[in-house]
Amino acid sequence: MADETDTPDETADPTESAASGAPVAYGAPLTLSTDDQRVIHPTREQWLLVASAILADGYRMCIDLTAVDFLTNPRRPELPAGVEPERFEVVASFMNHQRRERIRARIQVPADDPTVPSLTTLYPGADYLERETYDMFGIAFDGHPDLSRILMPENWEGHPLRKDYATGAIPVQFKETN
Amino acid sequence: MAITDAPQPDLDPADAATLDPVALAASTMPSDAATEVHEGQLGLLPRIGSVMRMSEVQMAEAADQPLDDENDQTMLMNMGPSHPSTHGVLRLMLELDGETVIRSKPVVGYLHTGMEKTAENLTYLQGPTNVTRMDYASPLFNELVFSLATEKLLDVEVPERATWIRMLMCEMNRISSHLLFMATNGMDLGAVSMMIYGWREREPLLRFFEKVTGLRMNHNYIRPGGVAADLHDGWQEDLLEYLEMLEPRLDEYHILMNGQPIWRDRLQGVGVINEAECLALGTTGPILRSAGSSWDLRRDMPYLAYDQVDFAIPVGEYGDCFDRYAIRLAEIEESIKIVRQCIEKMPSGDYRAQNKKVTPPPRGRIDESMEALIHHFKIFTEGFKVPAGETYAAVESPRGELGVYIVSDGSSTPYRMHVRAPSFVNLQTLPHLMENGLLADAVAVISSVDPIMGEVDR
Repeated sequence: MADETDTPDETADPTESAASGAPVAYGAPLTLSTDDQRVIHPTREQWLLVASAILADGYRMCIDLTAVDFLTNPRRPELPAGVEPERFEVVASFMNHQRRERIRARIQVPADDPTVPSLTTLYPGADYLERETYDMFGIAFDGHPDLSRILMPENWEGHPLRKDYATGAIPVQFKETN
Repeated sequence: MAITDAPQPDLDPADAATLDPVALAASTMPSDAATEVHEGQLGLLPRIGSVMRMSEVQMAEAADQPLDDENDQTMLMNMGPSHPSTHGVLRLMLELDGETVIRSKPVVGYLHTGMEKTAENLTYLQGPTNVTRMDYASPLFNELVFSLATEKLLDVEVPERATWIRMLMCEMNRISSHLLFMATNGMDLGAVSMMIYGWREREPLLRFFEKVTGLRMNHNYIRPGGVAADLHDGWQEDLLEYLEMLEPRLDEYHILMNGQPIWRDRLQGVGVINEAECLALGTTGPILRSAGSSWDLRRDMPYLAYDQVDFAIPVGEYGDCFDRYAIRLAEIEESIKIVRQCIEKMPSGDYRAQNKKVTPPPRGRIDESMEALIHHFKIFTEGFKVPAGETYAAVESPRGELGVYIVSDGSSTPYRMHVRAPSFVNLQTLPHLMENGLLADAVAVISSVDPIMGEVDR
């Protein structure tokens, strides 16, 4: 879009206010977390584009990717206006080594369609982290080259870190030997 | 970009959902960032083809196929999970052409005990007992990062002395972890005397830990609010005596290993990786530094009191197994420097925060006061409540960036605790490092990545 001259000239700082006045970064609503960390809240549809803008801005490493199941938490961390809370939340953090900055992204994922686009083409290092999240929460990552269980046995049923997956009294499953 | 003639989108958030997300995101980003939509880092990984994408079932099925000498050019081989050079229970599926590794896949999970799930049922005071068992070669780092995250949520100020004790103990732990690496790395490559030496030097260190924390491993020493106990009388003498013994022995290592042509031949030019690959794969710690990046959280994003001590960050040049070995050896020397500064500068004061909410009353008060007894009982049974919120804390462990992400719902147990384990992420480099190497070099590569399976599987 370099040739669009009538786009309002904006500052180089990616944190800015949209027309509504709410802070925005990389096209997604921006908040500050409890520990004063910049957190963006992209939608699932936006996610790949936002992530590629983060990468283009110098965040070259995907440090961490995990999920939280908010099935039972009535006091979940605040979301900005306009972001609908859903049961699952995928949390990813990125590192800019040059500016020594981190940024965190929280993506809302509904329980009836737990899929998120995979980061693996942008950040190949997200491979194992997405497999772990799939294994533990049953969240599928579209476009992942090998979305399989990583910590649990391949034939395990259920996703242990979901809040409706009970702890205790489960008979240990062993693989059948042949 | 393919969407140059997309209509100028309206910024009204109410309409946002109906808009083309590409155009929306581009318009709300600064104009210069919008032109730079990154095509991804996959292109930085020339050896991505070495990553095997085969499931265990497919592997087992392949084993049943009849041999076809004319067409079968490659061999599938299984290594581990119980193999002495796989550092615990790492399993590798390898595709070999003769003795050359073409593709490989690390298979993990044999040590998975659901520690992140367990953490949801433990109070914040019990949390360190759980996380300390993850990276069992450097348990104090796990406790430290959990405590730092909890303190961020609690907004508790830790006394200066506690901070310095934490730093001292962590650097001692870094030394013991790297000595363990020296031992196992030597053993994997056939330098068996190095194995004995590494363990010999680590042993008095574990005795020192026992004297301070009560346990040789899995200390539960660093807790939210400070540390469990003050250093014992005469700790300076104990440490100085140890360091005086260790330093000349490190010189012996230099003579034994660095000057050894066989050792250099086994490691130099083996398992090479560059900085771009490390960044794309999320690799941190000595592997990243061996590739020429001087990234170290202790200097670049200081925590504790690392901004008040002098130390250098050893950086490699070639990104091979030898650099990773040499960096760890040099890091021991740097840690010794930090420990000496800690001994000199150790401030006096309290070893834990005097915050009634977090800290139990002193033992003496319990005999005198019913309220103190109740208070003590409450903290150890119910635990203390932590304000709702989410936080991520990270430290530079001997293996890379060790992070903890905690979501609190305001109760006395974490709603969710996630550990970003450096070994787990670093394992992704294995297929890249092993590609086109010999099977014997695969052992050197695993050893130089230094994975701790307790942390990988959690």
